Amino acid sequence: MSKKTRSYVEFLYILPFLILAAFMFYYPLYGWVYAFHDYMPPKPISSETFVGLKWFQFIVSNPVRLADVGRVLVNTFAMSGISLAFSWFPMIFAVFLNEIRCKPYRKFVQTVTTLPNFISWVLVFSVAFNVLSSTGAVNTVLTSLGVIDKPIAFLSSKEHVWFRMWLWLTWKNAGWAAIMYLAAISAIDEQMIEAAKVDGATRMQIIWRITIPCLLPTYFVIVMLNLANFLSNGMEQYYVFMNNFNKKSIEVLDLYVYNIATSGRGNYPLSTAISMLKSIVSVALLFVTNTVSRLVRGEGFV
Amino acid sequence: MTTRTAARPVKHRNPMDRQGLGDKVISVITYIVYAFFAFVCAYPFYYIIINSISANNLSERGKVLFWPMEMHFKNYTRLASIPGLLDAAKISVLRTVIGMALTVLIAAFLGYMFTRETMWKRKLWFRFVAVTMYFNAGIIPWVLCMRNLGLNNNFWGYILPMVIQPFYIILCKTYCESVPRELQEAAEIDGAGTLKVFFRIMLPVIKPILATIAIFAAVNQWNAFQDNLLLMPNRRDLDTLQYKLWQYITQANSLKALVSNTTNSNAIMAGMATAATATAIRMSVTVVVVLPVMMIYPFFQRYFTKGIMIGAVKG
Repeated sequence: MSKKTRSYVEFLYILPFLILAAFMFYYPLYGWVYAFHDYMPPKPISSETFVGLKWFQFIVSNPVRLADVGRVLVNTFAMSGISLAFSWFPMIFAVFLNEIRCKPYRKFVQTVTTLPNFISWVLVFSVAFNVLSSTGAVNTVLTSLGVIDKPIAFLSSKEHVWFRMWLWLTWKNAGWAAIMYLAAISAIDEQMIEAAKVDGATRMQIIWRITIPCLLPTYFVIVMLNLANFLSNGMEQYYVFMNNFNKKSIEVLDLYVYNIATSGRGNYPLSTAISMLKSIVSVALLFVTNTVSRLVRGEGFV
Repeated sequence: MTTRTAARPVKHRNPMDRQGLGDKVISVITYIVYAFFAFVCAYPFYYIIINSISANNLSERGKVLFWPMEMHFKNYTRLASIPGLLDAAKISVLRTVIGMALTVLIAAFLGYMFTRETMWKRKLWFRFVAVTMYFNAGIIPWVLCMRNLGLNNNFWGYILPMVIQPFYIILCKTYCESVPRELQEAAEIDGAGTLKVFFRIMLPVIKPILATIAIFAAVNQWNAFQDNLLLMPNRRDLDTLQYKLWQYITQANSLKALVSNTTNSNAIMAGMATAATATAIRMSVTVVVVLPVMMIYPFFQRYFTKGIMIGAVKG
């Protein structure tokens, strides 16, 4: 087999997978055409259903819809904003976890706090439901301690929805996110810390002057990734926690587009139009954050 | 005349171990705070497990907090008789096994092929796959397109969209690049072709990274819920365990029907400890869904750091 033939044969080996990738990742972009049609399934789109930018104009021209989009954007920004504001939490979690000298205890804490990362949002909701329901552990304990008279409806309350969603997100992810920092901590030069100890540095001084500065580059990347994903909270968490009481403040963009398409008669074109705008803004955000990262650190993360 | 007191023996202390009062206080606080974190993460699971094996009339009223009371396993033996639950379990297991196997194989093969410098336009194809990590069309356009491809109401809708994972492919590529080139060259001199080198030489060598990928892919498949919700509107026989559990929690009616089917209401009135209740079903199904993840968890813990660290190396 000549070298040339071989290079084509090798390409042919991966061709089926490239085609699969094209269908699974690139073809859905074609789905954006639905935003330019009056699409009502099961009737397929055709030149007759083409309506141009009607649905994009509809977002801004319809005051009710505009207010809705505004509310959803506020929710999205609030949830992402809270996550961003507390994005240091896994780092601090890792720093102080590393301070625990008793190794079995440290291992135990790490194991237990990482577990929630590996269960689905449905299971998280099930856990929440079972523990927080009117006869769940939390209400039972609070009632018997006399802190409250009657059970609190934690999951159906519309108070502090943004913050509670952050709490669940942190419950699920913080332990896992800390692992990356723990790895970074173990990479810190031991001699630096020894030298500081000889000079009489206290543990807080070592943490503040050595550990945390060494973790900042990692933290910076995490912040940039957070910013790049600012509009993409995903829908699963919010979907499983959504109910009639908290719907107004829990709907983030990803959930909103799903709700528009599935509730009532289902408005696929409008949903697609909003999805499309979101995707474009997200890619732009990725470019911006990557550029910032390249300027600051000398390398991007893409 | 002053008598000098004999020099007291100085207790030798390693300056490394010196802890000031402030340091000790921090230690104590740290231990307590992390005990709290561990409790918050572990207790909910413990709570659900002990409730699922306690007397149902007690768990119904939130009486079981610390240890199982009037232990029984009727809730679990009863699960088999809940219509549709066994089928859902089959679907979940099937998609996990098939999905994991295909994901790992494709990641290994593409990861290896993308290191073949002889391949036509290798870099272009690698970028073609890798760049898909950074954009997506949005769920509704995606659903509409999957419909066009006939993947809705079809078991393969669980598998095909998830088998090509650019991230895993990059992991494999990086790993393959770290394998000494001589290994492949030796085989090639002996006349082995591209595929033979892959199956005979590379696949066994890159096993460690494949183990990591296999576990993550399996957990992803097992936990998947959205594709069930979005792609399978008319095929209740394709429901997964995750979806069933979600239905049991949110649609009280579906559970009520189950409860009255599987037991008679007199039993509940009599406060029978083993009569089916909505709470009992919910909790035992939760345990069944969470257990596989918990079982493999200790085994794959050692892959965590590896998985994350290699991911930090760019492709």
